[in-house]
Parts: sequence; C-alpha cells; structure tokens
Amino acid sequence: MKDKDIYERYNRQIILKGFGVDAQLKLLKAKVLVVGAGGLGCPALQYLVGAGIGTIGIADHDLVTLSNLHRQVLFNTDDVGQPKAQVAATKLRLVNSDVSIVVHNQKLQNNNALDIIAAYDLVLDGTDNFSSRYLINDACVLLKKPLVYGAVSMFEGQVAVFNVAGSNNRGAHYRDLFPVPPKDGEIRNCAEGGVLGMLPGIIGTMQATEVIKLLTGIGSPLTNKLLTYDILTHETYTVELVASSAEHASAPNTTDAFLAMDYVAACTLEETPGLEIDARQFHQLRQQESAVVIDVREFGETPLIKNLEHRQIPMSVFTQHMSSIEPHTILLVCQHGIRSLYAAELLHDEFGTSREVYSLKGGLVKWGAEIDV
Amino acid sequence: MEIMLRAFGQLTEIIKTNVVALPDGADSDALVQELQKMYPALAAKKYMIAIDKKTISRNTGLAEGSTVALLPPFSGG
Repeated sequence: MKDKDIYERYNRQIILKGFGVDAQLKLLKAKVLVVGAGGLGCPALQYLVGAGIGTIGIADHDLVTLSNLHRQVLFNTDDVGQPKAQVAATKLRLVNSDVSIVVHNQKLQNNNALDIIAAYDLVLDGTDNFSSRYLINDACVLLKKPLVYGAVSMFEGQVAVFNVAGSNNRGAHYRDLFPVPPKDGEIRNCAEGGVLGMLPGIIGTMQATEVIKLLTGIGSPLTNKLLTYDILTHETYTVELVASSAEHASAPNTTDAFLAMDYVAACTLEETPGLEIDARQFHQLRQQESAVVIDVREFGETPLIKNLEHRQIPMSVFTQHMSSIEPHTILLVCQHGIRSLYAAELLHDEFGTSREVYSLKGGLVKWGAEIDV
Repeated sequence: MEIMLRAFGQLTEIIKTNVVALPDGADSDALVQELQKMYPALAAKKYMIAIDKKTISRNTGLAEGSTVALLPPFSGG
C-alpha cells in the first residue's frame, strides 16, 4: 500500500489530534481476533476493517439464520444458510482490501483455542454463551493476551477490557467478575429474552473502540473496569474490577490444565435423564388426572397460551413457589425449552422421584401450534 | 443506616427497592441475608457485588449512604 493511499483512506482518523500517522501505522501492524460474527461481532468487524487493522481473524462456526438479520448487519436475506465467518469475510474484503482477513470456520474449543489465539495481539469476545466466554477468557489469561469483553441481556449490555496488567498488578479478568460459571438457562440470552438489534450494535461498536484505544494508546480503555449500558435510558454505570488472588487460581495455569477443562459441562446443568419430552408425549401426559401445565416465562412474554389450561410461575419467582406445586405430574413450558429444563431440574432436586417432572424440549417456539390448539 | 441499591439485568425483576435499612456496622453479608429474606428468589441468582463502584470478593463493611450494585453475568451476543 502506498503512503498516499494510507493518508487518503484513513484521513479522517489520522487528522484527529493525538492520533496521527503513528497511530495508523500501529493499527496496520496489529492482528485482532474477533470470536463470534453475530450481533456484537458484525458491527465490531465493520469498524475494525474500516479503521485499517492489519490482520483480522473471524472465528465462527454458525450459519446465518433469518432471525439473525435484525441485528447482524453484515448479512443479507440471501445469505441465510451460509457460514457466517465466510460471508462476513467476503463482505469485509469489499470494504477494505488492505486488511488481511483470516476465516476460522470452527468453534473455539480447548484443542484449537490456544493455537488460534496465539497468532493474534488481542481478542474481541462477541460470543453468545457462557462456556465460550470462560474458555476464551482462560485461553487469553494463559497466553497473556488482552481481551475485549462485551455481552448483552435484553435492554442492557456490558463492556470490559480484561487481562491488561498495570505496573504493579495483574489485569482483572472474567473470573474476577464472575468466579462461578452460570448454567445456560439461568440467564436469558437473546433467543430466550429477546434483544433490540441496536443494543449489540452499540456494545459491539464500544468493543471495537476499546480495541483501537488499546492498540494506539489514545484515551482510557476500560481496563479493570466493567461498564454497564442501558439502552432504555442511555445510562451507563462503571465499576472498578478488583483482581483477587483466589479467583485467579481458578483459571487453568498450564496448557495441560487448560486442555483438561470441560467448559461445556461447567455451564451445562447436570442432566437428569428423561426430563425432556416432545409434543406427542406432552399431550399423552397432559391427559393424566394429576397433571398440571406450568408456563415459566415472565408475565407479558408472548405468544400467550390461550387454549390450554395452565398456571404461570415465572422463573424470577419460581424457587419461592415451587414447593407449593401440588399435582403429581408437572409439565413445564417456556419459549425454547431452556428455562423450563432448568425449572425441571430445580423441581427434580426438590421432589426427587416422588413427582413426575417434564420439560417441553424446544419450547413453544417449536411446538406452539401443536400444543395450544 | 440506609444503603442505596442498584440492581441490573434480570435482578431488576426481583429487587423492587432502591434503599435498604440495616443496623449500623452491617456488612455486605448482612445485606445479602436481608435481601434474600425480602426476595427469596435472589438466593438462586449469581451476581457480583460492587460497593461504591468497586467490586468486592469477600465480606466487606458498609457505611451510611453506601451504594451497592448487584451485577449479574450476561451471555448474549
């Protein structure tokens, strides 16, 4: 690339006070890995490619779906069914051919994460599940790579910069913030709780901003801080993360220990076999005299169950009310069958084998038309 | 003494107050106990506690007017 082209393409950021050609050259030499080309990854990738990061890796093993399109701004309707990382790379190369884009069309796991991450200067976490977040965090701790974290839930988002050491302290990381991995189903993700497309747009763009700040040295990155943003009020709340020695110990400190970790199990409920049923079994069980159907979604979640006798006990108050459930056979439903499975596990722990407890696998999204007739 | 509360994410569906009265000299464990008494659903939740915008990893003393934030993990992307 000629100097003249650099001046022209990146003119609007080069002329910023405190940025200049030096900062631009730092970006052009940098290597950044974006994990997850979804609601967070799409906007982050667009701005990072535009800004002229030298090498950008895109790690994602998913395919584009129709419900992605309201927030995952790199994809078109025609792309549905295509691999996200590949489609994103094709579009981004049109934006800026100076950037070398590397496609990792695979899920980051114990056996490939260290090799993939080692080739980059820093990592942007745009994943959508806890097991990936803990895995990426631990790999970055082990490899001493800065990690730009972002996550959303309904109307709120979080941004933080992990693993950047100060002069007399190690950098705080995800395990300092949340030492105990939550189970999937405990916290509503986008598929369960919904999300406005703009929220990951804003949070992903904030993450990309942190990448530029870390690479060029401008401004004050969110190192050892967690910022929470509320899209309904535009309020932010920033807390200082204190790195604790105990939490650090819970991250694997050798390659062998990392490879031996079971991140999926750590974030998956210990499955009690036989809790999940399909619509056919649901109808059979419902005929029993002592059966009750319980919707564990929050009040106001749609679609409403109209034609099926049921009780509603939202997850937010479920533990308070579960001991008062009297019928012998308990059929639990929710949107996707994630929260209802969690509720089924709670009831199973409470009642043991003295009751029959079931969760409708796939939830109302999958079976709504068949069970609510 | 009065402690100011800030709940985030799904915890806002459980915690419906922004101020809690505690005996003078109370600490963060006492606050959590009191909150769980008021809101039993909180017992099953995971969250980080920040006192006056600083996270804590062990039981910590509170002072009149301290603001305590309860921050749950988010997974969505």
